[in-house]
Amino acid sequence: MPQTKLDELSDQQKVKFYQKGTFTVGNRLVDPDKRDVQASQDRSNAITSGHRACQGCGEALGARFALDAAMRAADSKVIAVNATGCLEVFSTPYPETSWQLPWMHSLFGNAPAVATGVQAAMRAKGREDVRAIAQGGDGGTTDIGFGCLSGMFERNDDVLYICYDNEAYMNTGVQRSSATPPTARTATTPAVGDAPGNVFGTGKNVPLIALAHNIPYVATASVSNLHDLEAKVQKAMSLRGARYLHIFVPCPLGWGSAAEDTIKVARLASECGLFPLWEGELGVVTGSDPIRKKVPVEDYLKTQKRFAHLFKPERDEERLAALQRMADHNIERFDLLREDKEPAI
Amino acid sequence: MLKQIEGSRAVAEAVALCRPEVICAYPITPQTHIVEACGEFVKTGQLQNCEYVNVESEFAALSVAIGASAAGARTYTATASQGLLFMAEAVYNASGLGLPIVMTLGNRAIGAPINIWNDHSDAMSMRDAGWIMLFAETNQEALDLHIQAFRLAEQLSCPIMVCMDGFILTHAYERLEIPDQAAVDAFLPPFVPRQALDPADPYSIGAMVGPEAFTEVRYLAHDKQLQALEVIPEIHQSFKEQFGRESGGLFHTYQVEGAATVVVTMGSLAGTLKDAVDELAQEGPQVGVISLSCYRPFPRTELRHALEHARRVIVVEKAVAPGAGGVVSMDLRMALQGVDCYVKTVIAGLGGRPVTSPSLQSMLRRALKGELADLHFLDLNRGMVDRELARQRRGIATGPVAENLLKDAATHGAD
Repeated sequence: MPQTKLDELSDQQKVKFYQKGTFTVGNRLVDPDKRDVQASQDRSNAITSGHRACQGCGEALGARFALDAAMRAADSKVIAVNATGCLEVFSTPYPETSWQLPWMHSLFGNAPAVATGVQAAMRAKGREDVRAIAQGGDGGTTDIGFGCLSGMFERNDDVLYICYDNEAYMNTGVQRSSATPPTARTATTPAVGDAPGNVFGTGKNVPLIALAHNIPYVATASVSNLHDLEAKVQKAMSLRGARYLHIFVPCPLGWGSAAEDTIKVARLASECGLFPLWEGELGVVTGSDPIRKKVPVEDYLKTQKRFAHLFKPERDEERLAALQRMADHNIERFDLLREDKEPAI
Repeated sequence: MLKQIEGSRAVAEAVALCRPEVICAYPITPQTHIVEACGEFVKTGQLQNCEYVNVESEFAALSVAIGASAAGARTYTATASQGLLFMAEAVYNASGLGLPIVMTLGNRAIGAPINIWNDHSDAMSMRDAGWIMLFAETNQEALDLHIQAFRLAEQLSCPIMVCMDGFILTHAYERLEIPDQAAVDAFLPPFVPRQALDPADPYSIGAMVGPEAFTEVRYLAHDKQLQALEVIPEIHQSFKEQFGRESGGLFHTYQVEGAATVVVTMGSLAGTLKDAVDELAQEGPQVGVISLSCYRPFPRTELRHALEHARRVIVVEKAVAPGAGGVVSMDLRMALQGVDCYVKTVIAGLGGRPVTSPSLQSMLRRALKGELADLHFLDLNRGMVDRELARQRRGIATGPVAENLLKDAATHGAD
């Protein structure tokens, strides 16, 4: 492709890749080969406009970027299997559908197994060029679909599973899932009593559990860093076997955050350390996205009404400190404050 | 080819002859030998172009089958008992999506108390799930029904459960006729799905349907079952022409013509019943036997026609609906509305209790004398039941019933 003036400008300015998604540098200032799939007019629009997601839905955004990137990587030969949940409901109210790729919804807890079936059928037919993707929310992934997910991993079935994590059962009205953070208010962990909101359990880090299956690829991603998200989808699609991508997708409705703040909230989650961005292969963490400007967890928590009880009527110092310790633990575990500020990815 | 072969292995051979493309396997007694044999066929290359997936649960087994079938592959799995219940959600899903999966059900009781032996409780629990349900009387029929099932399922785009009595059939060795590949290929055309997940022609499958169309979707599921009532006899006929054997159809009749008393049953019990009525005929009137090979759809009109001259109909069934009675009896009473006869229910063979010819004969003698209760439990140990009821009347915290009964049996023997 011939260099345009804008490309030359881009070269001159040496735009840092990490600026993408941080200060919203337009695609036009980025090298053509680094422009995201969404910048391309021939993107597949796997999930097209007109669906019924809420304003500011992180999941709709994440799904569009992830699937379009997967479609490009697989020459549009992708079959998607969806767990029951928001993404399924808002995209396919009968008789309408937003999906421009072959798409199937079976049950809440079986998307990984259904995708295994799709992949097995394709293999039996000698159509291994057709790739299977399964996707679901955190409830469908970390709770009810967990058995099927682990089975799919353990067999190393050629499926990319994408979890859109908005940290609760949003489709049924914001109930707690095993991905709900401690102290968060949900419909089943109300902000009342001595310890309002969700309990401090041990946590259930499904990306690390996925990694423990020694599958070819595991990554976390966020809608605050869409270029990174696309790169991880691309990487996942370049490999065969079981792959897992866990995408952080704020839910304005369930979290009580402003619809226009979805990206900001997602960015704060990573910058404070509560949602680290990392990737791993075959059981080993191979890279992480260092925090450039560390913020205290409360900068993140304050953007959401689900944590309002931590600050009003008085500050809950003890539990704020506990949440900060969780973030600090992540920072230490993935070495997120290391000197090289370039992402290792 | 004639072979001395175990029922399970014969079914696996039949399935392999149908050239499935995906088989999902999860072990549960007594179907385990079927999927073991299927796995062996795939590994040895006897069955080619087939993916064999060892899954982590029955729920996953049927879910993998759902995905494979939706992607256009001929798909098979097998289950039993608790396994069927564990996959219940997917059972309804497969039929709701109209996926022609064939699944063997090695019929077995459901716990608690845990019990691995044969009855029909598992099948009855899923009778309204929208699957076509076929019951085999013999191992030859079990084998043949699988070959018919793939054709029927794919013609109607509807999943089929082929039920065969656990242990009594699955583990029995018999001499069976195993068809050759060419004959099965001639009988069973390649699978052409009504809908398939295909990047060249993308469909959305499994959309949410609200009140505006849900009734119609369900009506069509009912209508599909009614269509099956016409297609099953056609396939039965076509199978007979191809293989020269009677297998399947809606039901089998034995000495029903002119019989005032007819016993209706399903599965392997029919063989014992035929022996029992023959022996009984030496001392009294001939009693007829009908064994249903098709339970869903329920062949209401056809049964009514077959039973229009009967005055006593006795349904011997291997499942009980606590608080209601017999499930097949209820279906049959609906079928016989307006026919001048009564329908009695006999519950027999629960949890693997042997159903013997002498027990059946003694029950039938009472029936012929008009002494049979509307709901009769064959060979019920009344003493054991009464002693437990007495214990329960004495206090509330009387302990677990199953353990009490086992202690009772040890103390009192089989009185």
